[in-house]
Amino acid sequence: MIRVHDIVVSFNLGVGQEHTVLENLSLEVERGQTVSIIGSNGAGKSTLLNAIAGTVPVRGGKIFLDDSDVTPLPEWERAMYVGRVRQDPMAGTAGDMTVLDNLALASRKGPRRFRIATPPKFAREMADRVAELGMGLEDRLRENVSRLSGGQRQALTLLMAVLSRPSVLLLDEHTAALDPANAEIVGELTRRFIAEFNLTALIVTHDMKRALDQAGRVVMMHEGEIIADLSGAEKEKMDVAGLVRLFKKARGSEYAEDRDLLT
Amino acid sequence: MVEGILVEGLIYSILALGVFVSFRVLDFPDLTVEGSFPAGAAAGAVVAQAASLSPNAFVKALAVPAGMLAGFIAGGAAGFVTATVHHRLKVPPLLAGIVTMTGFYSINLRILGGKPNLPLITNNPMLKLARSFMGGILPSEWSLLASCILICFLLFGLLDLFFHTEIGIAMGALGDNENAVIQAGIQPNRLRTWGIMLANALPGLSGAMAAAYQGFADVNLGQGVVAAGLATVMLGELVVHSQFIGLQLARVFLGSIIFRALMYAARSWGYVAGITPNDLRLLTALLIIASVAISRYGRKQR
Repeated sequence: MIRVHDIVVSFNLGVGQEHTVLENLSLEVERGQTVSIIGSNGAGKSTLLNAIAGTVPVRGGKIFLDDSDVTPLPEWERAMYVGRVRQDPMAGTAGDMTVLDNLALASRKGPRRFRIATPPKFAREMADRVAELGMGLEDRLRENVSRLSGGQRQALTLLMAVLSRPSVLLLDEHTAALDPANAEIVGELTRRFIAEFNLTALIVTHDMKRALDQAGRVVMMHEGEIIADLSGAEKEKMDVAGLVRLFKKARGSEYAEDRDLLT
Repeated sequence: MVEGILVEGLIYSILALGVFVSFRVLDFPDLTVEGSFPAGAAAGAVVAQAASLSPNAFVKALAVPAGMLAGFIAGGAAGFVTATVHHRLKVPPLLAGIVTMTGFYSINLRILGGKPNLPLITNNPMLKLARSFMGGILPSEWSLLASCILICFLLFGLLDLFFHTEIGIAMGALGDNENAVIQAGIQPNRLRTWGIMLANALPGLSGAMAAAYQGFADVNLGQGVVAAGLATVMLGELVVHSQFIGLQLARVFLGSIIFRALMYAARSWGYVAGITPNDLRLLTALLIIASVAISRYGRKQR
């Protein structure tokens, strides 16, 4: 469960100058719900995810994950609740370490112990897990991650994000840097993992069609505000053209172009 | 001659292991070594001296190992200072290292009792220990070498094991991608502090061994050790390519022996080319440049 209550996020632009990205934004997501977040560039989608994960500090408001107030917690402590995948396939993995070592790092949250990280039993389990990705990584467990392709690396990052069974999954355009075929595979894996691990997921995307297909709820943001929140029958009736119309209407300006929303 | 090079190479390889941990594993360019190495030498010499003067035969026998332990701890303490300055005050790694190294010059003088150097009463306590340890089976210099090999082998085994533990893996990941470590719910600064302490405890141990080997500790022992350590690590990387931590550790020992052999050659036969002992630092610098150049060029070829 995610509860974002009246959060304020602003960045310093220099001496005395401030740019407020999110102002009194609130959002509630039930346990096990998947929410797509769409909106034009600079709408604050990534900032919202960063605020929830603790990457950027909030100036006001509260953030609850699983009913606990995580607002004062640093990013590494919030990571106990959160699995994350970003757009950059390099961001979530240690490239100069093996696939198996990366999985060992991600298999559990919290402080480490003086214990062999990758015993044979763990390696066998991971070989099975990695085989499910369908990327042929099961034979490459002892290879460095930097040798993998972007798609393989992102699929691995996704597995790493859910492996420790966090309750919340935050995905920030995690298929945007991939070619269409790999984006399709990673998108499908995402759906499978969310169902298997019963995750509460926020997915930022620019792909309108995928936003509608993958989630039971679609949230549209613009200039730091939620301008539309569709779920249930309302969402089921919605199509891509409808989303674009909605965006133009909410933005209330003639010159709003499809491009603003779609890129 | 050969045994001398090997002994020196092995003793200083432990220093280079520390440089490997900070520069390569943690990606933390740490100059603290210039302070932690002589700190280890000073603490090691003082403790070994005190223990060897003890009336208790047992304490006396353990003089050198006790000194080594003291050196290890003293080096780790220097590392702790650097890590704390870096984390608490957000001082960049290089500056944090310089601060600690500068401060430790005075601390080392205090450890040595206000004098710039401390001769050990027993001329070469390490040699003595080694000789008694090997029970006269080998000639004394060679038995000294045998004990150095034993110590290095033990250290290699422990470090290799360490880097296969959860903590070791996390440390490796920290130098590679801090974000991945944070996502695993690990407090990165605490982990890095342990790493930097290890990266300086090893040079401290090396310093204590060097002091015992030479028969004295000197406050200026640390000058140029970072460069020497880096040259060692890079030479090892030139000789052995590997992504496996075991081989990466092993090649540090190899690099150290090659480095000492090159330095020995320059000292002994350098006069042919007009090289004097004054030029050894320049040689070290050129060695680092050459290593970087060769590995860059080699990478392009691949």
